[in-house]
Amino acid sequence: MAMKVLVGCKRVIDYAVKIRVRPDKLGVVTDGVKHSMNPFDEIAVEEAVRMKEKKLAKEIVVVSCGPAQSAETIRTALAMGADRGIHVEVPADQMALLQPIHVSKIMAKLAEKEAADVVLLGKLAIDDDSNQTAQMTASLLDWPQGVFASKVEKKDSQLEVVREVDGGLETIKINLPAVLSADLRLNEPRYATLPNIMKAKKKKVAKMTPGDLGVDVTPRIEVLTVEDPPVREAGQTVSDVEELIGKLKDKGFSS
Amino acid sequence: MSLSSIARYAPRSCRHLFALSSVQSTRHMSGLGEATFTELPETHQMLKDTCRQFAENELWPIAGKIDKTQEYPEQQIHKMGELGLMGIDIPEEYGGTGLDALAYAVALTEISRGCASAGVIMSAHNSLYLGPVKYFGNHEQKENYVSPFIDGTKIGCFCLSEPGNGSDAGAASTTARDEGDHYVLNGTKAWITNSYQAEGVIVFATTDKAKKHKGISAFIVPKPTEGLSLGKKEEKLGIRASATSNVIFEDVKIPKENLLGTPGMGFKIAMMTLDSGRIGIAAQALGIAKNAFDTAVEYSSKRNSFGAPISKLQMIQSKIADMALKIEMSEMMMYKAAALKDAGKPFTKEAAMAKLACSETATYVAHQAIQVLGGMGYVSDMPVERNYRDARITEIYEGTSEIQRLVIAGNVMKEYGY
Repeated sequence: MAMKVLVGCKRVIDYAVKIRVRPDKLGVVTDGVKHSMNPFDEIAVEEAVRMKEKKLAKEIVVVSCGPAQSAETIRTALAMGADRGIHVEVPADQMALLQPIHVSKIMAKLAEKEAADVVLLGKLAIDDDSNQTAQMTASLLDWPQGVFASKVEKKDSQLEVVREVDGGLETIKINLPAVLSADLRLNEPRYATLPNIMKAKKKKVAKMTPGDLGVDVTPRIEVLTVEDPPVREAGQTVSDVEELIGKLKDKGFSS
Repeated sequence: MSLSSIARYAPRSCRHLFALSSVQSTRHMSGLGEATFTELPETHQMLKDTCRQFAENELWPIAGKIDKTQEYPEQQIHKMGELGLMGIDIPEEYGGTGLDALAYAVALTEISRGCASAGVIMSAHNSLYLGPVKYFGNHEQKENYVSPFIDGTKIGCFCLSEPGNGSDAGAASTTARDEGDHYVLNGTKAWITNSYQAEGVIVFATTDKAKKHKGISAFIVPKPTEGLSLGKKEEKLGIRASATSNVIFEDVKIPKENLLGTPGMGFKIAMMTLDSGRIGIAAQALGIAKNAFDTAVEYSSKRNSFGAPISKLQMIQSKIADMALKIEMSEMMMYKAAALKDAGKPFTKEAAMAKLACSETATYVAHQAIQVLGGMGYVSDMPVERNYRDARITEIYEGTSEIQRLVIAGNVMKEYGY
C-alpha cells in the first residue's frame, strides 16, 4: 500500500552566510541575505523522493510556512521530485516569532486534511536549532515518532527506523501513520537537475494562511535582545599536566 | 588561514544583483520569464543555485589536482550531463534541457567558478559542437550527432583553426574533395579543445580554394574514423585538464549525408556558431574572474598588516572596487548579449562585446587578485595563480580580443550607415 508523504521544508538563511546581528539588537540581518532550504529539510525531501522511487510512496506533498519567498523553497523541493506544494503564508515580519508550536499545529492539521501516512521533517532548522516541530506534531496527532532517523525501512505495515542517539544507534519499529525527522546521515540529497527544474514549473502549489487551517499564530514569546556571542579569547599554553591542574584549581574549576 | 575557508566562495551578504537590457521584448522566445534590472527569473535563479552547489561540491575540490595532472574530469562531466548541462539549449525532443542563452550563461559562469577546465569543456561541447548541428543539421544528423551527445558520456569538438590560420578563418586550407557519394578530407586543424575525448567532430574544409571563404563547407565526422588522427596533447599554461591538440585528416572519407547545411555555407556556419560561443566564453571568463575576486576579498579581510586587515587600506579598497566594477559591467554585457539572442534579435556586436569585456576582466581581476595576496598569490597553495593562468586564454580563443574589436567596429560603422 503506497503511502502519501507530507514533507516540511523551511526557508532559512543559507548555512554559508556570515550572520550579522541587526543594529536594533532585536534579530539578525535578513534583508538581501542569501536564503535556502534548511539542509535537514533537503534530506527529508530526498528521503521522500527515494521512497517514491522505491514505490513505497505514491505522492509527495511539500509544505512550507513562511513569507512570499518560501515559494522558491517549495519549488526547489518540487524540482527534487515532490509532486505538489502547499505554501502556508506567514508575513516576513511575523517569521521571527513563529514557533515550532505554531508550525506543528499547522503540520498536524495538514496531515489530517491530506490523509498523510507519513510526515517527514528535518530534525531541526539551522536558524533556531529548536528540534521540536516533529515531536510536537506527533503528539498533536497522537502518532508514533521516529526522530533523528538515519535509516528508514518499510517492514510490512510498519516502519523500522534507526535513530542516532547519544549512546549510539537505536532501532525501533513504529506503526503507521507516523512522524519522522531526518538526521544528517539519512541520505545525501540530489541536485535539482535542470530538466527537473523545468518540470517543477508545471507542478501545483496551493496557497493558504494559518487562519484557513484554524491555527492561531499569535506570538507566545517576545524577543528581548539578540547579541553576538562573546569574542573568543586566546587560550594559554601550559608546559605539563601539573601546571594544567594548577591553573584549573586557581580558576575554581577543580578542587 | 585555511584553504577551506577561502574555498567558501559562496557567501556574500548582498544578493548578487545584475542588470539586463532595458529592451523588454514581447517576443521573448524561451517563455521562461523576463529578467529585470534586479533579479533573474526564478528558473534561472534555481539553476544558478544548482550549478553553484555542484561546482562547490564536485569541481572545486578537484580543480587544483586536475590542473597539475592534466587529467580529463570524466566523472564530473558525466554528472554535469546528468544535471542537464551538456545539452542545455538543445530542444527536449532531442534529449536536451531546452533552456535559453541566459540559462547557458548563468550555468557556465557558476561551473567555471568551480573549475575553468570543466567550463571550457562544457562550453566547447555546447556552443561549438552541438551548436552547428542544432542550427544547421537535419533531423537525421540531430538524431545521430546530438541526441547521443547529451548525457555527458560523449562529447564533441569543433575544428576551424589550422596551423597556418586562426583569425584568418577564411583562408582554411583543409580540403574536401567531392567524390560523388562521399567527400575526402585532407588537412590539419590546430588548437582543438576536447580533441582527445571527442566522438563527434565538426570540421570546416574548402571544396574550392579559389572561392575563398565562400568555398568552405562544414562537415560532421564521427570519431574514430579511418584517417583521423590526433597530434600530441599541448602542454598549456592554463585550462590544463582540457585536452588540446591538432586533429589530422588523411584521406578521411565521410558520406555526403555528413555535410552540414549546404556546400559553401561553412564560413557562415562558423561565424554564427562563434557568435553564440562568445556568450559561452564570456561566461567562462566571468566565472574565473569571480573566483579570483572572492579569494581576494576574503584574503584581504583576514590578512593583517600595519595592525589591521589589509581591506582597511585604501589601495586595496581601490583594487577591490575596480575589480567589482569590471565584473559587474562585463556581467551586464553578457546578460545583454544572451537576452538579445533569446529575443531573436541580432546579437553579434553584443556577443563580441561580452566576450571582450569578460575576458579582459578575467585577466585584470586575476592579476590584481595575485597582487592583493602578495607572495601567497604566487604559490600554488592558493588558487589565484591558477585563475591567472586559466584566464589568459580567454582573450585568445573563440576570436582574439583584436578580432572582437574588429567585429564591434564593423557593426558600429554599419549602424551609423557607413
